[in-house]
Amino acid sequence: MSRVMPGTEARLGWIGESVRRVDGIPKTTGEFEYASDLQVAGMLWGHTLRSPYAHARVRAIDLSGALSVAGVHAVLTHSDVPGRKTYGLEFQDQPVLAIDRVRYFGEPVAIVAAEHPEQARRAAERIVVDYEPLVPIVDPERATESEPLHPDPESHVSDHYLRDPRPNVLRTMRIIHGDPDARGDVVVEGTYELGSQDQAFLGPESGLAVPDGKGGVDVYVATQWLHVDREQVAPCLGLPEEQVRIHLAGVGGAFGGREDLSIQIHAALLALHTSRPVKMVYNRQESFSGHVHRHPARIRAEHRATRDGRLVCVQMRILLDGGAYASSSTAVTANATSFACGPYAVPNALIETMSVFTNNPPCGAMRGFGAVQTCFAAEAQMDKLAQALEIDPVELRLLNALGTGDTLPTGQRITSSLPVAEVIRRCAALREPDPEELPRAAIRLPGGAGNTTRGEGVKRGVGFAVGFKNIAYSEGFDDSCAARVRLHEDGSAEVHCAAAEVGQGVTNVILQVARTELATDDVRIAPVTTAAVGSSGSASASRMTWMASGAVRDACRAALVEREARGGGEVDVERVYRHRRTAPLDPETGQVGELPAHVAFACAAMKVIAEVDVELGLTRVVWIGTAQDVGKAVNPQAVEGQIEGGTAQGLGLALMEEIQTRDGLITNASFTDYLIPTALDVPPIVSELVEHPEPDAPYGVKGVGEPPTVVSTAAIVAALRDATGRELARVPVRPDDIVGLQ
Amino acid sequence: MDVLTPRSLDEALRLRAAHPDALPIQGGTDLMVDLNFDRRRPEALLNLNEVAELKGWSRENGVVRLGAGLTYTDAMSAKLAALLPAFSEASRTVGSPQIRNRGTIGGNLGTASPAGDALPPLLISECEVELQSVRGERRLALESFLIGPKRNALAPDELILAVRVRGGLGTQTFMKVGPRNAMVIAVVSLALGVDRERGVLSAAFGSAAPVATLVTAALDDVDSFPEQVAAAASPIDDVRGTGAYRRHALRVLVARALERCLTR
Ligand SMILES: Cc1cc2nc3c(=O)[nH]c(=O)nc-3n(C[C@H](O)[C@H](O)[C@H](O)COP(=O)(O)OP(=O)(O)OC[C@H]3O[C@@H](n4cnc5c(N)ncnc54)[C@H](O)[C@@H]3O)c2cc1C
Repeated sequence: MSRVMPGTEARLGWIGESVRRVDGIPKTTGEFEYASDLQVAGMLWGHTLRSPYAHARVRAIDLSGALSVAGVHAVLTHSDVPGRKTYGLEFQDQPVLAIDRVRYFGEPVAIVAAEHPEQARRAAERIVVDYEPLVPIVDPERATESEPLHPDPESHVSDHYLRDPRPNVLRTMRIIHGDPDARGDVVVEGTYELGSQDQAFLGPESGLAVPDGKGGVDVYVATQWLHVDREQVAPCLGLPEEQVRIHLAGVGGAFGGREDLSIQIHAALLALHTSRPVKMVYNRQESFSGHVHRHPARIRAEHRATRDGRLVCVQMRILLDGGAYASSSTAVTANATSFACGPYAVPNALIETMSVFTNNPPCGAMRGFGAVQTCFAAEAQMDKLAQALEIDPVELRLLNALGTGDTLPTGQRITSSLPVAEVIRRCAALREPDPEELPRAAIRLPGGAGNTTRGEGVKRGVGFAVGFKNIAYSEGFDDSCAARVRLHEDGSAEVHCAAAEVGQGVTNVILQVARTELATDDVRIAPVTTAAVGSSGSASASRMTWMASGAVRDACRAALVEREARGGGEVDVERVYRHRRTAPLDPETGQVGELPAHVAFACAAMKVIAEVDVELGLTRVVWIGTAQDVGKAVNPQAVEGQIEGGTAQGLGLALMEEIQTRDGLITNASFTDYLIPTALDVPPIVSELVEHPEPDAPYGVKGVGEPPTVVSTAAIVAALRDATGRELARVPVRPDDIVGLQ
Repeated sequence: MDVLTPRSLDEALRLRAAHPDALPIQGGTDLMVDLNFDRRRPEALLNLNEVAELKGWSRENGVVRLGAGLTYTDAMSAKLAALLPAFSEASRTVGSPQIRNRGTIGGNLGTASPAGDALPPLLISECEVELQSVRGERRLALESFLIGPKRNALAPDELILAVRVRGGLGTQTFMKVGPRNAMVIAVVSLALGVDRERGVLSAAFGSAAPVATLVTAALDDVDSFPEQVAAAASPIDDVRGTGAYRRHALRVLVARALERCLTR
């Protein structure tokens, strides 16, 4: 699908040009093959039996009923896992299939393969699991006083983590910067809370595993990082990595939710067991248990400033609910801590973050990765400070804006580009539309199509916020991306890169870089697979454009050199690109040593106009203007797309998106009850691309996917506060909070 | 799963009697969701889409007869909007264009959800439901047809043929509260009518009691009507909203709807 037919367009775009995405038309017309569309002859359907409990002991599993269902070819449990019984991104703590205990609602317990999906489901219903329900830990505040969910105290320990022996601590982190007791003339405090957001990708988890007849397996799957999947899948199958090939299947959105494994090991196990291809597709309800979510958070913040508005000290305590398994919680913890203060120069700080295990749905990566939560708290605090000091909120932010040469609370000096003051100025200068006259159509009022007001109760508010986060992986992670370029004799080229196209547009980035470097339009992208090229790293952390650009650039240049040296002919060259090295922070003080902890940063400012029906608690976001630090826009149209989508996702968290649970059980696992914004909820978004080339990055690029999500929740709620005069310290903001019930 | 597709009402009724396990399907916008989520696995479906007698609407002596197969898109037409303004406004709030093109009032009555958006506006227009089986026809007031959350008085061999409502009953409006601005199930909804000729206020709400509920009062009771309606509700806390909010919102909606209808 991602093939570009040479000659279909005169010129398909080099770096810096707005070009149509190559998968745009097939996706719009329905021709694009998503992972859920995969099909091969003779394929079986897999189905997962999941725990109905958030916490229970598994005493026994009786498969006999399931095995006797017509059409069933395999019913497998943990005892059928030939290799390692557990897997995980950072710690191998998650059972492939539950062993003696289930720790969250929806945890996989057994898997079935049958001729028809219906037979597989019916068979799964006939598996009898003898559970002994246990009291679930659902309040993260009380996790450290509860029985440990992972009894081995060494199971989640790392050298560069602060030692915290209390039960159920996933990671404790602390930054002590300057003198945390430093006093200011003015102090503002607040306690903030965020609910758990779901990535809500439209394409559910799905894939196809095909046995190769020689003991190995090919897995076609919608994922974010092929090679890290293979690293986790192969040991559980008891196979060497060469016998497991992971191929990218069409991804219907990811947003972090496809960093952890879903169907990969299960489908491969069933395929190897039955010697038949096995397809698995989660349904919508199952998908809510099929991936990790954004961490719900509770944040206590205290900001101290001088009378003239300079920040003196920030203290924050952050509690993240990691749910039942580690996933990438430890890295989310580090990010929340690192970016807690926002993009401001803060001379003194004490930031303490703890993530804990509970029996709530597991949390891990989601767009913004810890910085969303702290931005919401920090920006609310900045507004409180502005109010207390009677300073314009934009002025206050400018006064404290971080910039190149300044030092972060971790002691890391910013040596790369970070134009905070400029994004603030350029965003503030965007002209918002004048208030619309009444009467107007219902859909242009809060409550929208619901026809609830003709203007009664409606107040207008303006919000402003700034946010930032890191680009690429941090804390000493060896982050790389490979690309392989083949130059053919006819002058055309083929690029192999394992970078996952998750809808963000990396395919175009790769094409644009290759066309620019090779000075030809005739470039094709080869199928994305572990079989043909080294790891690209994850399509995560706003890193893929930077990393893939670097790798493809280097491989193209090397290929040209080689062709030159050989005097023509076919060449095939692979290169691995690395960004600058980082190192962990000091576990006691959270300070950097010689190397930085983060590679680079990107920031964004956002202004929001909202109208709120203060009697019904309904909202219409009227207009959003934003200025974002993008380094260099490879494809400006795609950058705008990322800004609009990222902003919409932050709007969802601000106004409606929350996974609700009762005793750890998800109660709104459907798109009927887990609402995401519609076209009537997302206003026109005006984007200013602020282009200051990142000195260390290929072509000066920066990642662009996350900053809009980091900042938009904070900016939207700021507008709601302005309209209502209420504190609104929790997201999603409920109508009850706006009208002041309870 | 078999799909039975009758071409006439007679055939439909005979098939219905012969196959009580075959679930009637009209637009499928409720039923197919249930099938997809594996909540139901009927032996067969009785596809009503080819039964011409269920389609369209007619008007006789002030009574408007709406066929069970009338879609929300049909209901938004200018002619019906003039006769049944609240019903037409309610139809506009349903789902998305795709759902409004497929979804029908027969299906809304069949599902009998407390959140069904067709129900409150029908209730304020003196609605009777026409039911038919091979045994004959009967008519039930909509209040008697709705017997509980997702429960109605349909017998296993009956089909919903149509509803009959009174058109042109004064001024009316419909409002629906949900946490997003389109495509949302009512957290609470309200249809309200002011009939000056007969001196009656009528309000019907959805999602604030086990069934959509009608409240009427004399025209003089305008001031106390918001409170009366809120008092008739018995809202619960659920994933979509709290009971306290629903009651609060109902008060606000009734006051605003009265204002709209009285100043029109
Ligand atoms: C995305 C989406 C959004 C939605 N939004 C809304 C909304 O905003 N408001 C709202 O009220 N609803 C909404 N719905 C629900 C649904 O669209 C409505 O309830 C619609 O009226 C159902 O009509 P249908 O013809 O599709 O019913 P079907 O699904 O065909 O049938 C529904 C039920 O009625 C029975 N039935 C249908 N016709 C007859 C008949 N003639 N005689 C006897 N029984 C019959 C069926 O057996 C079944 O039990 C939504 C649904 C979806 C999928």
